[in-house]
Amino acid sequence: MRISVLDRILLLVTGLLAAYQIAFGIDGSLNLPVIAYTIAFGVLLIAGLLLIILGFDVLEAPAVVIVSTLIPLSLATGLVWEYLPSFRAIYLDFALIGLVAIIVTRSFPMPGKLPTIVLALIHGVAGMTIFLLPIIFAILGEAEPGFAFVGIGGALIGVGGLLLAFLKSGKPILSQKFILTVLPGLLLLMTLCFVIGFKAG
Amino acid sequence: MFTKLRPYWSLIKSLQTGLLLSTGLAGYMSARCPVFNLGTMVGLSVSLFLSISGSTILNMWWDRDIDAMMKRTQKRPLASGQIVPIGALRLGLLLSLLGVGLAVAMDALYGLIIFAGIFFDVVIYSMWLKRRTAWGIVWGGISGGMPILAGRVLGYGGFDWIGITLSLGILFWIPTHILTFSMKYFSDYKAADIPTFPSAYGFHITRIAIAVSSVLASLAMGFASYGIGMTIGYLRVLIVLSIGLLSLAVMSVFKPTERTNFGLFKYASVYMLSSMILMMV
Repeated sequence: MRISVLDRILLLVTGLLAAYQIAFGIDGSLNLPVIAYTIAFGVLLIAGLLLIILGFDVLEAPAVVIVSTLIPLSLATGLVWEYLPSFRAIYLDFALIGLVAIIVTRSFPMPGKLPTIVLALIHGVAGMTIFLLPIIFAILGEAEPGFAFVGIGGALIGVGGLLLAFLKSGKPILSQKFILTVLPGLLLLMTLCFVIGFKAG
Repeated sequence: MFTKLRPYWSLIKSLQTGLLLSTGLAGYMSARCPVFNLGTMVGLSVSLFLSISGSTILNMWWDRDIDAMMKRTQKRPLASGQIVPIGALRLGLLLSLLGVGLAVAMDALYGLIIFAGIFFDVVIYSMWLKRRTAWGIVWGGISGGMPILAGRVLGYGGFDWIGITLSLGILFWIPTHILTFSMKYFSDYKAADIPTFPSAYGFHITRIAIAVSSVLASLAMGFASYGIGMTIGYLRVLIVLSIGLLSLAVMSVFKPTERTNFGLFKYASVYMLSSMILMMV
């Protein structure tokens, strides 16, 4: 499917928001979260640019699954490092092992549904962390109410991840045209939620 | 009127001219605040625009015979006969003279660098080396680095390591841009008998050269940006964009496809423009 001018504009704004977040949105954070958030928003920035340049065909590249994992994994790691200090080490281990597991299961032939199970497990835990942690902290009053937007962004990233997974599995529950039509808007909305949420948090 | 002028506008390759102009402005702004030096900024913009446009037209005038042989360029106004060569030559010389004249009037050293840029580009690169050796692009790269050096010199008041490093950044970036282009239009260059890296050394060596030059361009831009005193936030953005450039360059070596090559070619331009914007703001 050809990428439209509107898609390009939406992706450009997404890239600019991601660049803004990298430049201004994470200065107050500790060292590791700065690196983690830079990776997450950096992947969004580069992905937006590559989609604008190469169109939706770029989503067919095998590396997309691995690279797109970096967004939820690094965001979740950064959040846990900042807000749940007692879980820092274990979550960092989980993120690193999870990333290696996804790289291995996506790069070499694996039996049965192992690659899918590994991907679902890692994405699931990271996605739930991004979704629940900010909302719970906002409700408990340990962060500003606006921080909950990060959780909404987490929910949207989950939807985006599911759509892409269905698309790449070759058996999408929604049509390819529909998925590609909503993807740029979804990416923009998700990035916007993250930027608003982190500003509030 | 508009119909008559349109072929002349396409002679100056507006996107390429715009990109080079932005490097000159970034070079100046890396040393001076543009708001407090508005007159100089206008002079800089006009002199750079005239000089870059002039040298581009002179190149087009000189290369009109090979442009006519290449599918990609045979519809250009000079190659297709929409503009008479002598008219283009006069326009190219006039714009170049006006550009250099204005530049010299603003600052002698600045004017000298602008003149050197035109000389390297038109005489050394196009007239002398382009049809003889694939290594001619090095001189194309050196002339491409002149606007940013000129801008920096005008702002800073002389040569410094930052200006040199910035122009090295452009010099190393040029192969990423031109070599991907020469692979994409390999048969065109072959038809016109223009030696290119892919025809002289093969595609694999060319891709390695692109990857190496991307690394060097990123390092040069990174060092220069640090030297300028770019904020840590902007440096992070530059690092992310550099990683994107390096990833594409490495991909083009190990998993070469037409799409990766095209992506690298386009991304290299986006990278350079983004770097310039980061320096300007």
